[in-house]
Amino acid sequence: MGERLIELKNVTKSYGRVFAVGGIDLHVDRGEVVGLLGDNGAGKSTLIKILAGAIRPTSGQILVRGALVSHWDAARSRDAGIETVFQDRALAIQQSIVRNIFMGREITTWLGFLDVKAQRRESERLMREIGFTSKVFVPESIVGQLSGGERQGVALARAIYNKAELIVMDEPTTALSLTETEKVFRFVRTVRAGGRSILFIGHNIHHVYDIADRFVVIDRGRVALQATKAEVGSAEKLIAFMEHIAHPQGIASFDSSASLTGAAA
Amino acid sequence: MSHVLDQAAMKSDKPAVDRPASAFRRLLADNRAAVGTFVVFIAMMSVFMVASPAVFMSWEIYNSVLVTLPVALCLAAPLVFVVTVGEIDLSFPATMGFSAWIFALLVHAGANVVLAMLAALATGTVLGLGVGALVVYASLSSLIATLGMNYMLRGLILIVTQGKSIALLELRDSTAANLFAGDVFGLPVQVLWALAFVVLAAMLFNRHRFGARVHVVGDNPDSAAQMGINTGRVRVATFAFMGLGAALAGVFTTLVNFTWWPTTGDGYLLPAIASVFVGGTPTWGGIGTIAGGAIGALTVAFIQTGIVASGLSGFYVQFFNGLIIVLALLGHRWNQKRYR
Repeated sequence: MGERLIELKNVTKSYGRVFAVGGIDLHVDRGEVVGLLGDNGAGKSTLIKILAGAIRPTSGQILVRGALVSHWDAARSRDAGIETVFQDRALAIQQSIVRNIFMGREITTWLGFLDVKAQRRESERLMREIGFTSKVFVPESIVGQLSGGERQGVALARAIYNKAELIVMDEPTTALSLTETEKVFRFVRTVRAGGRSILFIGHNIHHVYDIADRFVVIDRGRVALQATKAEVGSAEKLIAFMEHIAHPQGIASFDSSASLTGAAA
Repeated sequence: MSHVLDQAAMKSDKPAVDRPASAFRRLLADNRAAVGTFVVFIAMMSVFMVASPAVFMSWEIYNSVLVTLPVALCLAAPLVFVVTVGEIDLSFPATMGFSAWIFALLVHAGANVVLAMLAALATGTVLGLGVGALVVYASLSSLIATLGMNYMLRGLILIVTQGKSIALLELRDSTAANLFAGDVFGLPVQVLWALAFVVLAAMLFNRHRFGARVHVVGDNPDSAAQMGINTGRVRVATFAFMGLGAALAGVFTTLVNFTWWPTTGDGYLLPAIASVFVGGTPTWGGIGTIAGGAIGALTVAFIQTGIVASGLSGFYVQFFNGLIIVLALLGHRWNQKRYR
């Protein structure tokens, strides 16, 4: 694996005496896709917000490229190259692809007037870079005309333009058809091939298994499993493990889970 | 397997949009709403032509509309910004009256006309800033808060002036009056000033960072904020721009009439709002059209003049006013695709 991009060490977040996140170790290396799984209430969204700098952890350390960063906040998160793409509210759907990509970071010439040509050129380059191969759409196309998968592509293009090193995708395939999901996967693979990292959060274990190189399962604010695809072996085993942590008694346990959790902790 | 998936993915790429090859057609496609408004305008004028060819073939009627049109243009163009960002402003008539009042007081006191104009524009902008800040930072409904501000400002004018108007006879034949409200080639010169303002507004709206942000904030404020845009500041700025336009409109009316009335601006509330929506800017924010708003103002300006000139009695004006607004809205509903 490549350089260690970001690392959380024993990060906690408590509200009063309730721990939303109770000591999590998590890292993402350059050029890998990490799948983050966990039931509702497991602490996924708290973790995403911590990464985005939207909320400050109660304790623990955050390291960017091996260096400890103090006073972690939204600006630090952005400086570290972390960008979060939320499925439902990422884009302005009545606007063109260009306007969405350059939202808040327009390329201007003089007195704040837009450099329309440069923005168009850059949009075309970014669309090519993420593998947005459809000939039907041009930078001026309205995002509302795109399918759900293609919208995720535009959100990725924007993240790349914003020089994101780690793109956090919050349930990007929820509510998408198979074809659309495959499109998102294609974008994600192209982005990874470009040396960027993705933290892929999803409910559909098959989707996450297909796209990720490594998995982190969290349960009640703690890491229940950290394992590479080779270590897990198959989507079925991952599902069995998820069922095991949801219903510890009922279903046959995932054999190597104990040792894997041990390795992570 | 993935080959099959790729093929399937390609099949689903049905051409939802075809970018027309010719530049002219692209221009039409990119300005659907404005073009639609223009069609409405042409249709309305054709009816007037048929109804009363003698009146509509003469220059007189156009000249009379061109005297009031600049005022409407100065109001409609900035109002498109406010509506696109997802708000509404009903306080601009009072802002218009208030700024023109400052202008009239200064001119009356013997100040330089150009300086008095600048002071009026500053007044309008500051009033707009205040109204915008009230709406945005106190999280008030702009519909109600600006209605309240309109009454308050107008009330303030009436209390202080005791309803008395200010005659500005010193403006007659002054250089400034000729420069901003005289005639060039038989055209009221303020038409040119107002057109310049509309072009500036259109450039800001379509080709400037400010306009781009107005669009995205009106479309998806969450996303805009996430991208680091100060959405509150963008909203306030649209109100300030509205105040500037209102001040300009106030100065023009005063210059044309050589008189400031305490009611200056009152009659423009509904026509200006109608102009924006007849022009094809939808109510829900995120999209708008300055060109459409300008043609909308032209349409609205001609409705009243046209109906009276067609020989119908004044009682018909309101009915046809409403009819044309409703027809225009129906037309835009059919002409424009809605994404939200």
